[in-house]
Amino acid sequence: MSQNNKPRVAFFDFTCCEGCQLTVVDSLQTHPELLDVIDIVQFREAMSEKSDDYQVAFIEGSCSRPADEERLKHIRERAAIVVALGTCAHLGGVNSLKSLHPLDEVREYVYGDKAEWYDTYDVRPISEVIPVDFAIPGCPIDRDEFVACVKALLLGTKPPIPDYPLCVECKLRENVCLFTRDKVCLGPITRAGCKAICPTYGQSCEGCRGYISNPNDTSMRAVLDKHGMSPEEIASIYTMFTARQARHLQEEKV
Amino acid sequence: MNKRIDIHHVTRVEGHGNIVVEVKDGKMTECRFDVVEAPRFFEAMLRGRPYLEASHITSRICGICATGHATTSLRASEAALDVELSEQTKLLRKLVFHGEILDSHILHAYMLVAPDFLGVGSVIPLATSHRDVVLRALRMKKLSGDLCAAISGRHTHPIAMTVGGFTHFPTAAELTALRQRLIDSRADVDATVELFASLSWPKFERDTEYISLYKPDEYAFIDGEIKSSDGATIPADRYTEVTNEYLVQHSSAKLTRHKRGSYMVGALARFNNNYEQLHPRAKAAAQKLGMQPKITNPYYNTAAQVVEIVHCTEDAIRLIDELLSRGVKPEEPAPARPKKDARGVGVCEVPRGLLIHCYEIQEDGSLSGADCIIPTNQNVANLEADMRSLVPQILDKPVEAMQLDLEMLVRAYDPCISCSVHVLKLD
Repeated sequence: MSQNNKPRVAFFDFTCCEGCQLTVVDSLQTHPELLDVIDIVQFREAMSEKSDDYQVAFIEGSCSRPADEERLKHIRERAAIVVALGTCAHLGGVNSLKSLHPLDEVREYVYGDKAEWYDTYDVRPISEVIPVDFAIPGCPIDRDEFVACVKALLLGTKPPIPDYPLCVECKLRENVCLFTRDKVCLGPITRAGCKAICPTYGQSCEGCRGYISNPNDTSMRAVLDKHGMSPEEIASIYTMFTARQARHLQEEKV
Repeated sequence: MNKRIDIHHVTRVEGHGNIVVEVKDGKMTECRFDVVEAPRFFEAMLRGRPYLEASHITSRICGICATGHATTSLRASEAALDVELSEQTKLLRKLVFHGEILDSHILHAYMLVAPDFLGVGSVIPLATSHRDVVLRALRMKKLSGDLCAAISGRHTHPIAMTVGGFTHFPTAAELTALRQRLIDSRADVDATVELFASLSWPKFERDTEYISLYKPDEYAFIDGEIKSSDGATIPADRYTEVTNEYLVQHSSAKLTRHKRGSYMVGALARFNNNYEQLHPRAKAAAQKLGMQPKITNPYYNTAAQVVEIVHCTEDAIRLIDELLSRGVKPEEPAPARPKKDARGVGVCEVPRGLLIHCYEIQEDGSLSGADCIIPTNQNVANLEADMRSLVPQILDKPVEAMQLDLEMLVRAYDPCISCSVHVLKLD
C-alpha cells in the first residue's frame, strides 16, 4: 500500500498491440475516479515515473520468447495479485496463429536468411509461465468490464467475468440472430461480457474472449456445417483468437 | 570526456525501444536506437486465412492505429479483388479515419509529449497542476473516440468495416450530434494551437527526404501516389522502389531507404509535401505555430500533428455535412471478385506516416502472401541519423539533459514500436 492506503498498481506489456492498455487509458476518461482509489506506479506506455513496489500487476501480451519468462517471473515475485489483461495474455490471442505453421518456416518467411537473429518460440498465455490470479478476456478488453474488475479487486471479491455464452447478451440487446441473416457466428460457445458488440455492429462473433468453460463444441460444428461452412472455414473461424484453445478441444476428444 | 547513455525501454512511446549513446574522449563512438520488441510475424500468420479476416487480424498489429491498419488492409484486398466502393463508403471511411488521426494525435501531443515541456514525468501530475489542459485533452479524445465508435463500433479494433463497405451505419441523429460536438470543439482546438505555439521547441535542423502520399485535390490520408520531397511521384503498387527494406542486427524492425541514407514519414512529411491541400483554418494554425514548409526540425513533427488536428476537425465537419445532405442508407458491401493469383496494394497515411499492405489472394479467397510496411520502420534509420547529428551538438550538456533531448527526439517521431516488428516478407 502507498502511504495514502491506496493499492499500488503497475501495468506491463509483452507481445501485443497495447490496445488493452489504451482501453485502460480510455476508461480513465470516463471513470477518472479510479485514480482516487488506486496509485498507478508503473505504466511505461503512459508515464516515465517508475516504481518496482506494487501489489497488483496487470499484464498485457503473450509470452513469445525465453527472455519474456524472466521478466514475467520478476513481476510475479513482486505482485500479490497478477491479472492477465486481454486475450494475448489470457489465451495467446492472434499471436497464436503462428502456431498453425511450422515455427522455422514462419521465421524464414519474415526474416529470410537473418531468421536466427530474432528470438521467438511457440506463443503461450502467461498462465503457462507464472501463476495468474485473474484474467480479463477480450481483444480488446471491454472498458466497463475492466472498471468492474478493478472495483471487485478493491473490495476483495472475484472479478465478475461471466461464464455463459455471448448469445445471452446478444438476445438482451434484441439483435437479430446472425444465423437467420445468412451469416455464421461463434456466439454460442464464446464467453459473454462484451455486450455482444460485434453482432451489434453487424459482424460475426470471432471468439476473441475465448470459449466458455463447457462449450458445446459438437453442436457448434454441426450448426456451422449446416450453414454451409467447409471444414477449412470451420477450422479458420475456430482459430482466429483461440488457436491454442481449439487445439486443446481437439486433444480432449482424442 | 566520457559519457554513456543507455535508456532501457524509452517511456511514453508505444512499444519497446532503447537509446544507446557512447562518447569516448569527447567523440561519439556509438549512437543507436534499438528496437527490442518481440517479433510478431503477422505476414506469415495471414497466409491461408480468408481475405475477409485480414482487416480484423491486421488491426491487431496496433492498438493506436487499428483503424488505419484495417483501412489499409481493406484497400489492399479491394485492389486485388476489383471492388468498386460506393460514394457513401468512401465518405464514411474518410470520416472514421479522421477520428483515428484525431485520437492518436491528441494522445501523442498532450499525454506523451507535453509532459516533457511542462517538466513532469507523465500526464498524471498535470491533472493537479494543469487541470484545465488535461480535461481539455480528455474531452477532445473522448469526442474522437465517439466519432470512431459511431461508425465502426469502437476505435481500438474497429468492427463494422469490411471489404466493400460497412456492416453498420450511423443514424442521422448520431451524425448531427457529432457535428455539433465537433463545432463546439473548435474552442478546444484553438486552445490546443495556442498551447503548442507557446512551447519552445528544441533547436535542431537536419534536412532529409520527406515521403508521404499525395493527391492533387485533397490532403491525402487514404489512397494516392507516393511523393518524395526530393522530387519524384511513384504509383502505390510500385512501393518497393521507395521502401528498399534491409535488416540490421540491433533491431527487430526492418529499415528502409530511398534516395538518401534515410527518409522521414509522418505528420511533418505530410505537412511539407501537402501544405497546399490543408484546410484554411489549418494553414492559419500553422502560421500561429510559426510553420512554413519546408520544416527541417524533426521536433516539429508534434506541431505538424497539431496542424492536422485542426484540418481533420474541419474536414470531419464537412464530411458529416455531405453525408447528412445525401442521407446515410444501409447498403450491402460492394461485391468482390476472387480470381487466380490476384495481387493488391493498399496505401494510407496513418497517424505516424505511410502504411502499406500488399496481399496475394487465391481464387478460393485465401491469402497466399502478405507484406506490411509500417511507418515506424521507415523512420528508424532517419531517427538514428538525427541522433548522430544531434549528439555532437549537445555534448557539453550534463548527461541528464542530453538524455532528455534524445528522449524528446524519439517521442517527437511518435514511434509505434509494436507495429514496427510485424516486419515484412523478404522477396
